[in-house]
Amino acid sequence: MSLPPIKTMADWAAEGKEPEVLFWVGCSGSFDQRAQRITQAFARILQKLDIPFAVLGKEEMCTGDPVRRAGNEFLFQMMAYQNIQILNSYNIKKIVTACPHCFNTLKNEYPALGGNYDVIHHTVFIQQLIDEGRIKLQEGGAFKGKRITYHDSCYLGRANNIYEAPRKVLEALDVELVEMKRCRSKGSCCGAGGAQMFKEEEPGQTRINIDRTQEALDTKANIIAAACPFCNTMMSDGVKLAERESDVQVLDIAELVEASLNQTL
Amino acid sequence: MTWIAQLVFLLLLGAGSYLFAKRIRSILDSISKGRTDLPSDQPGRRWAQVFRLALGQQKMFRNVPVALLHVIIYVGFIIINIEVLEIVLDGITGAHRLFLNPLGDLYPILINSFEWLALGVLIACVFFFVRRNGMNIARLRSADLKGWPASDANLILVTEIVLMSLFLFMNASDTLLQSRNVGHYAEATTGPFIISSYLHPLLNGMSDNSLIFLERSCWWLHIIGIIAFLNYLPYSKHLHILFAFPNAYYSPLEPKGKMTNMPSIQQEVLLAMDPAAASNAGTVPPPGRFGAKDVQDLGQKNLLDAFSCTECGRCSAACPAQQTGKLLSPRRIMMRTRDRMEDLAKLPIDQRENDGKSLLHDYISVEELRACTTCQACVEECPVSINPMDIILQMRRYLVMEESNSPAEWTGMFGNVENNFAPWKFAPDDRDVWTKPGN
Repeated sequence: MSLPPIKTMADWAAEGKEPEVLFWVGCSGSFDQRAQRITQAFARILQKLDIPFAVLGKEEMCTGDPVRRAGNEFLFQMMAYQNIQILNSYNIKKIVTACPHCFNTLKNEYPALGGNYDVIHHTVFIQQLIDEGRIKLQEGGAFKGKRITYHDSCYLGRANNIYEAPRKVLEALDVELVEMKRCRSKGSCCGAGGAQMFKEEEPGQTRINIDRTQEALDTKANIIAAACPFCNTMMSDGVKLAERESDVQVLDIAELVEASLNQTL
Repeated sequence: MTWIAQLVFLLLLGAGSYLFAKRIRSILDSISKGRTDLPSDQPGRRWAQVFRLALGQQKMFRNVPVALLHVIIYVGFIIINIEVLEIVLDGITGAHRLFLNPLGDLYPILINSFEWLALGVLIACVFFFVRRNGMNIARLRSADLKGWPASDANLILVTEIVLMSLFLFMNASDTLLQSRNVGHYAEATTGPFIISSYLHPLLNGMSDNSLIFLERSCWWLHIIGIIAFLNYLPYSKHLHILFAFPNAYYSPLEPKGKMTNMPSIQQEVLLAMDPAAASNAGTVPPPGRFGAKDVQDLGQKNLLDAFSCTECGRCSAACPAQQTGKLLSPRRIMMRTRDRMEDLAKLPIDQRENDGKSLLHDYISVEELRACTTCQACVEECPVSINPMDIILQMRRYLVMEESNSPAEWTGMFGNVENNFAPWKFAPDDRDVWTKPGN
C-alpha cells in the first residue's frame, strides 16, 4: 500500500514552514522490510489525522545507540554530533519515534551534547491522541475479542518507565489483554539490546528470543504486540522457530491501531 | 573481681572497635582509588532514595513474604542494639541491668519487645537457612556462590541464630535467679519476660551456681559474639547493612536508559568536526585510559556498589543472558570487582600499581561482557541500588577503544554506521525508500 507523499524537513524549510512534529524513523524503520511496514503504518496514522509532520529522509543517521552500547564512544559522539547539527539547524522542537532505542538516545543522551528536544515514543503519542479523541477507532474493530499479549521493550519500560501507555492503547482496541509471567518492570528482554542485534549470541543453552517467545506463546495469545522494531524481529523469529506463524502474529502497536482506525485517507 | 571483668571487657571493646575502624578505613581507601564520580546534587531527592530504598527496603517488597522476614531481621538488628547498648554500659561500669531503675515500668515492656524481636529473628534466620540450603532456589545454589560465598551466607545466619539464643537464655537464667532470690540478680527485679520464661522448665533443674555460670556465659558470649560479628561484617557480604545507605544516596536520579557521557571524547570529536567551536568549549583533560580495564578506572560508585553487594543474586535471576545459560552473571561481575579490590589491598603498596593483573581478563572475561543485552533487569532488581551494567559497559568501552577488541560482526557494524550511517550495509540514499510507491 503506497502512501501519499511525505514531506521532509528540507521540503518544509523550502516552504518556510515548520511541521508540528518530526517523525524520527530510525535505521530499522527505514531499511528493515518488516519494520518499514511499522513505519508506514505510523505515517498513515499521522496522515489520516492530518497531523503536520516531517521526516529527515536521507539526512537522518543512526543515533549511535548500538555503537555506544558496544563500546565505541567515539563513533557514538560522531553520530550524535552530526544528528544534533541537522536537528538544530531545522530548529526541531518535538520528535516522535517508533524505536525505543532512538527514543532513549534522543531523549536522555543528546541533551548533554547540545540536543534538547521534546522526545516522545509513538505508543505514548498514540495514547495521547486516543485520550484527546483525535483517534477514532472502529466499533468492533479488526482485533475485537482477540487475545493479545504485550511484550515490554526494555528501553521503554525499565529504561524510561513507560509501561502503561502501550497497554492503554491495546485496551482501547477492545482486545483481551493477557500478561506474560514476566511483565512490566520484570519483563524479560527479547535479546536484541546492547548491540546484540548485530552479532551472534554468546554460547548458552538457548537463545534469549526463543525463551521469551515461549513465554508469550504460553499465554495462548493470537497476537504478540511489540513497540520496538528490534523486539518485533526477535519475537517474529521466535514464532517462526516455534512453527507458530500460522496462528500467532507479531504486530507493532502502530499497526494494530492503524488497522482499527475509523478515519480514512 | 569485677574490676578484672571490667578491664577485660574494656580491652575487648577497644580492640574490637579499633580493628573495625581500621578495616573500614582500608575499604574506603580502596573505593577512593576509583574515578571521583560521587554526585552531590539534589540532596533532597537523594535522601528520599535513602528512605525509600535503604530504610524502607522498597525493592525487597517485589517478593512480599521474603521481604517481611527480612524486615524482621533488619528491625530486630537495629532495635536489639538498644539492648546491646545496655550490655556494653553494664560491661564498662560493672553494673547489672543499668537501664532498669531509670526506666522503671517501661523496662520490662522494652525487654519483652526485644524478646519478641529476638524470637522473630530466630525464626526468620532458621527459615532462611533451610531455604538457602534445603530448597531448590536457583539464585542461592548457583555456581557464583561456590566455596567461601556459600559458607559466608550460612555463617551469618548461624551467628544470628546463636546470638539470639544467647540473649534469650541469658534472660531466662537471670529471671529464674531473681525468683530464687540469688545475689545481685534479686536486686534487679524485672519479673519473667514474655519469651524467655518459656525456657524456665529447661533450666529449673539447675543449681544456683550453674545458673549463674549459664547467665554469665550467655552474657559474655553474646557481647563477644557481637564484637566478633562487627569485625566479621566488613570481610563479609553482610556489609550491605551499612553500605546500602550511602549506595542509595549516590544512585542515579536519571532514567536508567541514560549512559554516562564521556566529555573528553565529546571534546575530541568536536575538535575534529568543528575546531572553532571546540576551542571555545574549554578543555576536559583526557583520562589515562578510555573505558575501564581495572578497578581504578571505574567510578567510586561502582566500587561502593561492589562492597554493598550482599550476593543475593536477584540480578542474575532476572538476567536474560544468565537465564539462557550464558557465562554472564551480573552478581559475579560485582563479586569479582570486590575480589579484585580485596586482592589489591593485600599487596604491599608499591606493588599495587602493577601486579601484572587486571579486572578485565583476569577476573572478568570478554565472553561475559559480550553477553549483556543492556536490558537493565539487574539494575531494576537490585534492592541496594547496585548497577552491574555500568561496569560491563565501561569495560566494553575499554575493549573497543583501547584494545580494538570487538567481534567481527560488531567491527562490520561500526564500519556501516560510520560509512552508511546505519548499522546495516544499505545505501544512505535508500533511507527514504519506504516512502516511495511500491514499498
